[in-house]
Amino acid sequence: MADEVKNFKVTIDNISIDVAPGTTILNAARMIGGDVTPPAMCYYSKLQGSGGKCRTCLVEVAAGSTADPRPMPKLVASCRTTVMDGMIVKNITSDKVIDARNGVVEFLLINHPLDCPICDQAGECHLQDLGYDHGKESTRYKFARRTFVREDIGPYIQLHMTRCILCYRCTYVADQITNKRVHGVVDRGDHAAISTYISKAIDNDFSGNMIDVCPVGALTDKTFRFKNRVWFTKPVDAHRNCETPGCCGKATLWLRGDEVFRVTARKDQWGEVQSYDGKTGWICNTCRFDKKKTSDWIVEGLTSISRHSVIGANKYKTLEMPHETVQKVMHGVRPKLLMDIHNVSEVNNPNIHLSELERPAKGTDFKKASQHPVNEDKAEQEAQFGKTEK
Amino acid sequence: MAKKLLLEKAHVPGIRYYDTYRREGGYRSVEKTLKMPPADIVEEVKKSGLRGRGGAGFPTGMKWSFISKPEGVPRHLVCNADESEPGTFKDRYLMEFIPHLLIEGMIVSSFALGSNTSYIYIRGEYDWITDILEEAIAEAKKNNWLGKNIQGSGFDCEIYVQRGAGAYICGEETALIESLEGKRGNPRIKPPFPAVKGLWERPTVVNNVETLAAVVPIINNGAEAYAAIGVGKSTGTKLISACGNINKPGVYEIDMTISVEEFIYSDEYCGGIPNGKRLKACIPGGSSVPIVPANLLLTTAKGEKRLMNYESLSDGGFATGTMMGSGGFIVLDEDQCIVKHTYTLARFYRHESCGQCSPCREGTGWMEKILKNIEEGRGQMSDIDLLWDIQRRIEGNTICPLGDAAAWPVAAAIRHFRDEFEWHVKNPELCRTRNYGLAHYADPIHVPVTA
Repeated sequence: MADEVKNFKVTIDNISIDVAPGTTILNAARMIGGDVTPPAMCYYSKLQGSGGKCRTCLVEVAAGSTADPRPMPKLVASCRTTVMDGMIVKNITSDKVIDARNGVVEFLLINHPLDCPICDQAGECHLQDLGYDHGKESTRYKFARRTFVREDIGPYIQLHMTRCILCYRCTYVADQITNKRVHGVVDRGDHAAISTYISKAIDNDFSGNMIDVCPVGALTDKTFRFKNRVWFTKPVDAHRNCETPGCCGKATLWLRGDEVFRVTARKDQWGEVQSYDGKTGWICNTCRFDKKKTSDWIVEGLTSISRHSVIGANKYKTLEMPHETVQKVMHGVRPKLLMDIHNVSEVNNPNIHLSELERPAKGTDFKKASQHPVNEDKAEQEAQFGKTEK
Repeated sequence: MAKKLLLEKAHVPGIRYYDTYRREGGYRSVEKTLKMPPADIVEEVKKSGLRGRGGAGFPTGMKWSFISKPEGVPRHLVCNADESEPGTFKDRYLMEFIPHLLIEGMIVSSFALGSNTSYIYIRGEYDWITDILEEAIAEAKKNNWLGKNIQGSGFDCEIYVQRGAGAYICGEETALIESLEGKRGNPRIKPPFPAVKGLWERPTVVNNVETLAAVVPIINNGAEAYAAIGVGKSTGTKLISACGNINKPGVYEIDMTISVEEFIYSDEYCGGIPNGKRLKACIPGGSSVPIVPANLLLTTAKGEKRLMNYESLSDGGFATGTMMGSGGFIVLDEDQCIVKHTYTLARFYRHESCGQCSPCREGTGWMEKILKNIEEGRGQMSDIDLLWDIQRRIEGNTICPLGDAAAWPVAAAIRHFRDEFEWHVKNPELCRTRNYGLAHYADPIHVPVTA
């Protein structure tokens, strides 16, 4: 046996984990999961070179490694910093980190339009989640927010630059999974914008994946725009035999009834496109934009959605019904009274309208009604109360 | 008269051209080094104590020794001539008047680092200097100081000049490398450092113009002689580009032993402040370094005379000190408004932020808008604290030092000149007609305001 690679032990917020050398702090934290995982707006594990830009994943390194236990002087971007053996990382246990992260979120939001009520991304927007976790209830920014003229970048994708947080993910998608990138970041600083090269339309078999990687509502699906809120649709996993080379054919259909409102790639718990056998499950534009009938797909079942997500509301995959405990308590005896009150009770006859009884009600009012079949009951009542209509 | 190493021959007529330069002793260092083992040259630079002249002041010899040397991978030397820091114009002077000094330094450094293809990345606005440099390179090549088999030593070296497109951020070494590769000038995330993966993923050293030029006197006179000049870890000579409210703005070569007071008031250097005005504040190392009021500029918080060198200028940390930076010495007299000045710098950094990471992209624009309000008499008291909060959250949280460079001037201005900001807020009408003036900023005893 060849020497096995010695794993590095890293401690994040007092939780230790052994990870392979070369793992980033963020990925180590994702292995632990839960609250110790820093948020990531620009990092995308499936896109090489992404990360380091948004600065929401900053963490404090309290000790660099066992060999060199000095703390790192600055907060580091956990998505681009690899772990060392014996490294001690502080994420939510560090006030410095929380303060810096709140600052970054404030920076990201000062020029964001906050038009969630009319944004198609609402409900599955990472910036929205981040804002809920770290944002303030009001802004300290007193100036007009930056806006951009809306630009047409082709038939399928709507670019809404005003919402963009410049994570660069879509440029990496174009570089790495389409055959030619025709869009990119133009200008710089706070006026930097995503744009195509001289208003060229993005026309590529895999361009739709840019929508999936966009953490905000800057790139949305034109075939789904304003059709429905994501939390009203029901996501199901489905697949089809797609002939486009490079397309995995596995997708999530967003249904309402039998109607397919939207098709996206399948996403994992971090909001990233899932991998199958080590290959990222990107889908082609044919699957995404043209196959909008359930008959095009073989439905596998409900997509598992985090119970914290608004999308998961009322459509849990494994919904656990509340257990009926009465029978258990009564040792198997079916309590008739509770089960079918109308048919069993001699008091609550559905044919008697309580509001129509002459008050105060007498015991005989009910007795009479229950002794007669329904049809005769009416005649009986007429006899009693008189024919009011005539 | 202080000893001059770089600008010694700057005024010899025709020094720009090869024949004069060679006659005056040029290219001696190349003759000398081609016979030395490259490691010895690195050792020599290490011993000289030369520190990077671009701003950070990192020991050059140390930087050179970090370059990794994998088998079969070419290495590169890149000269950072993207001198864009407001207030700094020393490299321009050097390249414009004695271009061969840079070429000579680059050949020596290329030989020491094993770079067969070296680049000068020059600021786009310096277009005429590009021509000067290319002419100098052609002359050097004609005389076999460049090209194949230099002076029969078997060492090949080519130098190419590449013009930038006018972005301040491309002076950051990794952004410079990206730009040189033909990409958008966004700084890279370090590590990997350029010494391991730089230009085209090859080991690369990026040095400032003045740093590379300083290699020539180090080789010619020896490391000991170079280290003997100056004090402590501030060895050799430094070019200072002085500007602002002084009688004699220009580029001066100092040996880092003179005091700041002498530098401003002596006739050999800045020649004092014009029209009998008094000194109010100074930025001693280019726009990014903290501004200090007159009293803290001339003496340290301990009451010692402040000297023009790395240690003395940064004495007291950011609370009472500043930095040597790139040597862009900006003097402000009593008529200058610190708020307006800070606003001008904030506007610059907002314009020059690459927009890659959020704190710098959004924070610089925000600071500019707030400062504009205060400057125009529309500010509120809470704005000052807000500014402090914004700069605090930019500093240290960005990919490259531009975030820090944008945050420091604002922080220092509020730290030392808070009452001037408050005066602007309290006197919205008055602040548009007159300035706050000198106030107490030159008083001998100063207790720094902690914001």
